[in-house]
Amino acid sequence: MIGTSGAQTLSLERSPETGRIALTVDDVSMIFARGNTSVHALDRISLEVRDGEFIAVVGPSGCGKSTLLKLVTGLRPPTGGRLIVYGREVTRPRGDVGIVFQSPVLLPWRTILENVTLPIDVLKLDAARGRERARELLALVGLAGFEKSYPNELSGGMQQRAAIARALVYDAPLLLMDEPFGALDAMTREQMNLELQRIWSASGKTVVFITHSIPEAVFLADRIVVMSARPGRVLRTLDNPLPRMRSLDDMLHPEFGMLVREIRGLLGGHVAVGESHGGRVDW
Amino acid sequence: MAGVLTGEGDPRAASSALPRWNTVVLWSRYGLPLTVFVVLMGAWEATIRYFEVPGYLVPPPSAIVRALWSGLMSGLYLTHAVVTATEALVGFVIGSCLGLTIGMIVVVFPTMERIVYPYIVALQTVPKVAIAPLMVVWFGFGLTSKILVVGLVSLFPVLVNVIAGLRAIDQDRLDLLGALSASRWQIFRYLRFPNALPFIFAGLNTAIVFAVIGAIVGEFVGANQGIGFLILQANYQLDIAGAFSLFVILSIMGVSLHASLRWLQRRCVFWMASSEPVGGGH
Repeated sequence: MIGTSGAQTLSLERSPETGRIALTVDDVSMIFARGNTSVHALDRISLEVRDGEFIAVVGPSGCGKSTLLKLVTGLRPPTGGRLIVYGREVTRPRGDVGIVFQSPVLLPWRTILENVTLPIDVLKLDAARGRERARELLALVGLAGFEKSYPNELSGGMQQRAAIARALVYDAPLLLMDEPFGALDAMTREQMNLELQRIWSASGKTVVFITHSIPEAVFLADRIVVMSARPGRVLRTLDNPLPRMRSLDDMLHPEFGMLVREIRGLLGGHVAVGESHGGRVDW
Repeated sequence: MAGVLTGEGDPRAASSALPRWNTVVLWSRYGLPLTVFVVLMGAWEATIRYFEVPGYLVPPPSAIVRALWSGLMSGLYLTHAVVTATEALVGFVIGSCLGLTIGMIVVVFPTMERIVYPYIVALQTVPKVAIAPLMVVWFGFGLTSKILVVGLVSLFPVLVNVIAGLRAIDQDRLDLLGALSASRWQIFRYLRFPNALPFIFAGLNTAIVFAVIGAIVGEFVGANQGIGFLILQANYQLDIAGAFSLFVILSIMGVSLHASLRWLQRRCVFWMASSEPVGGGH
């Protein structure tokens, strides 16, 4: 499963060196006004993500991680600062980022294949080629043979795989993942982390991955952005020295442990971490 | 009432169970209800004979069956049932289509809601029975006045459910399509409409029951044909057995309309395992 074919190493070597910037978050602030009170969700966040990089964002609940992702998609404008995706400032949704939510968000009236090709329909891309690509991606995420099934016939983990295939189908170079495995059990979650690493290296996408779990962040990411509680600020960005491809055994590596401890230390003064899900900032 | 007749109370019994045709299943599903029915009818018949209740107060089942038989054989019931069914169905279709259209307009163009909705609510608070005589004055004793009454009673349950269904959308699903820069029409087509279908069918199920009631009310107020007209005639002649036999016809009509709609619902909303209606009826 965790092969190291030429293509995979290629995409890995290419990414940090070429230095093309996938996403720039430039001094972004977000304040929600609710009646007379206002909530300061994000406070002057600055961040750069290189093309092909896997970035994880960790932080306590309500630190505005999800808010940050929604700003990147262009669903809402920030109250301050600007966001640039592949050289173009984000002013509205453009359909050039793929999103995976905490829940799979599949439409129950569409088959798995139809769910995966939904972006193709909405973006009015070539339907025949889209279906072909969807089949390839379903095979990539281990769902070959389930094209004609309906979402309610699949387990939670399988549904989330379909959601990942859907996010990849229109070849958006930037993939945003908002606690995608938060609702899965620990075993499935580890399996999905391995799969995601494989899918990421096979596809060469840039990934911004939000999580509550520090070990998950360390396992997956090239760099880890640690955020503080509300208002969300970037406390520190840490480079992950662990080599690719990583296996579950690497989690026992002393370096892995040190990195986890360092992040936990950073977050220590900022509310308990490791609590499960539920701290999502709604709009 | 219609719910009890179609066995709505136990929706899973019909759909989920793999039919194992052993005698126990056959007995509990068909034998037992049938036996209860026969015993009830027998007790009814016996009571009326024993106490010598006059037929113009409560008829015995045997008299009802005789009335039903002669009504069916003469073709009288069928002719009038076709009239009532036509009124109910045409009115139902017109009312539901109007409800669907207005509901969609109100949701897609929110400004329209403030303009249209007060009239709809005002209309709904007026009992349709009160409007029925006016319809007869305006549109005569023919089918048109009844169809309009039926249309009016069917409109509201559909409208309310369409609006509720089109609005009951998960924010994540909206964000999913929003991030793909979907147009308002695409969001409607890929998300809002299919999402509203279970609600729409809940409204239609209520509306179809109302439609038969509306047709009968319309016929009571002024008509020269239809089952409602026959019931009035039977009442005037103290032909209570005849009236009861017409209730049987009405029940059959209501149940078959409701069952056809359920069939359509299972086709259209196949992803909902349960057939329980969502949202309020009216």
